[in-house]
Amino acid sequence: MTEEIIIAGFGGQGVLSMGKILAYSGIMQDQEVSWMPSYGPEMRGGTANVTVILSDERISSPILTQYDTAIILNQQSMDKFEPMVKPGGLLLYDPNGITRHPERKDIRIVRIEASKEAAALGLRKIFNMIVLGGYLKVKPLVEFENVILGLKKSLPPRYHHMIPDNEKAIKRGLEIVEEVQ
Amino acid sequence: MEETITKSDIIKPENLVYKKTDLMTDNVLSYCPGCGHGTTHRIIMETIEEMGVQKDTIGIAPVGCSVLAYEFMNIDMQQAAHGRAPALATAIKRLLPYKTVFTYQGDGDLAAIGTAETIHAANRGENITIIFINNGIYGMTGGQMAPTTLEGMKSSTTPYGRDWEMMGHPLKITELLAQLPGTYFVSRQAVHTPANVRKTKKAIRNAFELQKLNRGMTFVEVVSNCNSGWKMTPVQANQWMVENMFPFYPLGDIKVDGELVKK
Amino acid sequence: MKKELRLMKGNEAFAEGAIRAGVDGYFGYPITPQSEVMEYLTAEKPHERTGMVVLQAESEVASINMLYGGAGCGKKVMTSSSSPGISLMQEGISYMAGAELPCIVLNVVRGGPGLGTIQPAQSDYFQATKGGGHGDYRLITLAPSSVQEMYDFVKLGYDLAFKYRTPVMVLSDGAIGQMMEKVEIDEQIPRTQDEEIRSKYPWATMGKTPDRERNIITSLDLDPARHERHNLKLQAKYREIEKAEIRFETIQCEDADFLFVAYGTSSRICQKSIQLCREKGIKVGLFRPITLFPFPKNDLKQVARGCKGILSVEMSAGQMIEDIRLAIEGSVRSEHYGRMGGIIPSPIEVAEALEQKFIKS
Repeated sequence: MTEEIIIAGFGGQGVLSMGKILAYSGIMQDQEVSWMPSYGPEMRGGTANVTVILSDERISSPILTQYDTAIILNQQSMDKFEPMVKPGGLLLYDPNGITRHPERKDIRIVRIEASKEAAALGLRKIFNMIVLGGYLKVKPLVEFENVILGLKKSLPPRYHHMIPDNEKAIKRGLEIVEEVQ
Repeated sequence: MEETITKSDIIKPENLVYKKTDLMTDNVLSYCPGCGHGTTHRIIMETIEEMGVQKDTIGIAPVGCSVLAYEFMNIDMQQAAHGRAPALATAIKRLLPYKTVFTYQGDGDLAAIGTAETIHAANRGENITIIFINNGIYGMTGGQMAPTTLEGMKSSTTPYGRDWEMMGHPLKITELLAQLPGTYFVSRQAVHTPANVRKTKKAIRNAFELQKLNRGMTFVEVVSNCNSGWKMTPVQANQWMVENMFPFYPLGDIKVDGELVKK
Repeated sequence: MKKELRLMKGNEAFAEGAIRAGVDGYFGYPITPQSEVMEYLTAEKPHERTGMVVLQAESEVASINMLYGGAGCGKKVMTSSSSPGISLMQEGISYMAGAELPCIVLNVVRGGPGLGTIQPAQSDYFQATKGGGHGDYRLITLAPSSVQEMYDFVKLGYDLAFKYRTPVMVLSDGAIGQMMEKVEIDEQIPRTQDEEIRSKYPWATMGKTPDRERNIITSLDLDPARHERHNLKLQAKYREIEKAEIRFETIQCEDADFLFVAYGTSSRICQKSIQLCREKGIKVGLFRPITLFPFPKNDLKQVARGCKGILSVEMSAGQMIEDIRLAIEGSVRSEHYGRMGGIIPSPIEVAEALEQKFIKS
């Protein structure tokens, strides 16, 4: 199994930390992992993206132009990454702020109203965990308990009091993700 | 038969009035006759001997006339790139905090190319000693202008005298360093008379002793001559130094126990 | 016992590797994309963990000269920087090579020339492997291609640096510095005690004791005959390194008709390109030099025997290709494919470049 994922959105949406938690979850499940961010001035409030790879084998290139899965959280990222999903691959997106919905017919498309749900729950900061939950529903590559272990490993101890809320958000994501095509 | 006195009759312990410290090697000094470097080397080595710290002292030679200081000083030494001696000393002292660490630097090395290292080592309050020889000229390369060259003073790159409008002002780096909270003891001395030699030695001893308190940098400037670079005899050079250098670079302690002292 | 596993950035793994390898002092100056090294070290409080000194210097120039001072005392010292900062350090590195001082310098390469870009590149190959500063000298140059190797090469680097009394450069790039992978963490190696330094490294300036002559650390010798002898000694050392310290990796070379030769990030890209090529029936392998100096000349020639072509893949205008061509001595056709300015080539474009240069042409 090798799963090559791009997670892309605005800086501040928790794109990088979502990738980190996913990668750490992979380690907890004895997988090989890599996490490759875009970096530099573009990160300061602009777009942010991270390539995460989970695999049972040694990982080759951490930098890719074709992905098994694209998790898309803003319009710029939709424009950039929709064409880069492999045929038969997965596109997961939050429709909030999306003006042009995905148009490809050769990929699986799912959506998750994560920002709406985060606002409803009053837990805006864990918007990204709702998205992660949605992804894990569609592609259960890591077991839930390993995700929680990964969460603990990637959060500094001073944030460990937030783990129950994060867990709740991931579970909510599992429930609300919807198939589009 | 008339008795002849041989060398071995003279060299006897009871006749001994002066002996070179063992901390100076037997290598022939590469300095010009009349230069202040030799005297300053000797009193630093005497001080280390008297303090009994040879096995715990690390010295750093600069680039300049004293680049070969390690040929003459019988202690463990490192030779630094031009101007970087305070950086070396910083690392040595931080990695070996119980050692006595000093740099020996000229005016070009310390106050031109090495200004950043000098000021930042002082500002961090590194517990090292800097011995700064100021003769207002680049000696080794053949008498070019130094940052400390006096206004109007001739050098091979200021053949008509230093004009501040073109070449800037002489830099009083010692006064500048004394302003920084990281320096604990700052003094300016000279070695052209026996009395001044004694005062310089006292200042150097002070600087080394105070280094052990870990209260910051200790710094001794020695205003010196460069008779070959100044194109004078040694006697003329010393006289010129007294008349021209001392008014601009006055001798005495500048900072004692971390406090600026009035002059 | 199962080793501790962590998800770390390359830069962080290097810093943790430094603490674990018993490094005595880190001296550095911030520059993107490697600032995490010093940030990690200061956050970790290594002075409490091992007594390691970490100091933010006033410049790269001061940093490298701090290494000179510390290394002269037989201490394990290191710095890290990125291309423009490494250029500033070249004088000091030359002095350290001349004075035969061990140290590790990490270059997390970014695109140049000049201030260039903060994005990854491999355009400092010449500088790292051919000397870099003035005078006849070489640096042992290690090229990590994973976060684990960023961690492992600290210990390896010191083994080599002290064995040969020479500076070692770890030539990484912005991609490996910034990406996170799984890292196996070792047990803590204790720092070397001062008395042990005195006996292990009798050349170190630890203070002159009556039982030995004074130690002098210098790169200066004004006597040409003596200085030539010193140079010959350095050259003999580099020849010995070339004999004994070659390191490389081969992937799928056994049946390969074509070879990628690549190091660091490029070698990772090429591993994916191999898959893409083989899906099309083109048998490609990867020869990855791990030591760039010494360059695995003979081994490459051996592996390339019978191949139809070699493609050097570098994030530069083509620097390692010169060493490749010297190694294979015209026995196989060799071409270069590279991107510059901080652009990382994609696995697809590298696979296409191979086809373009060797099959379609």
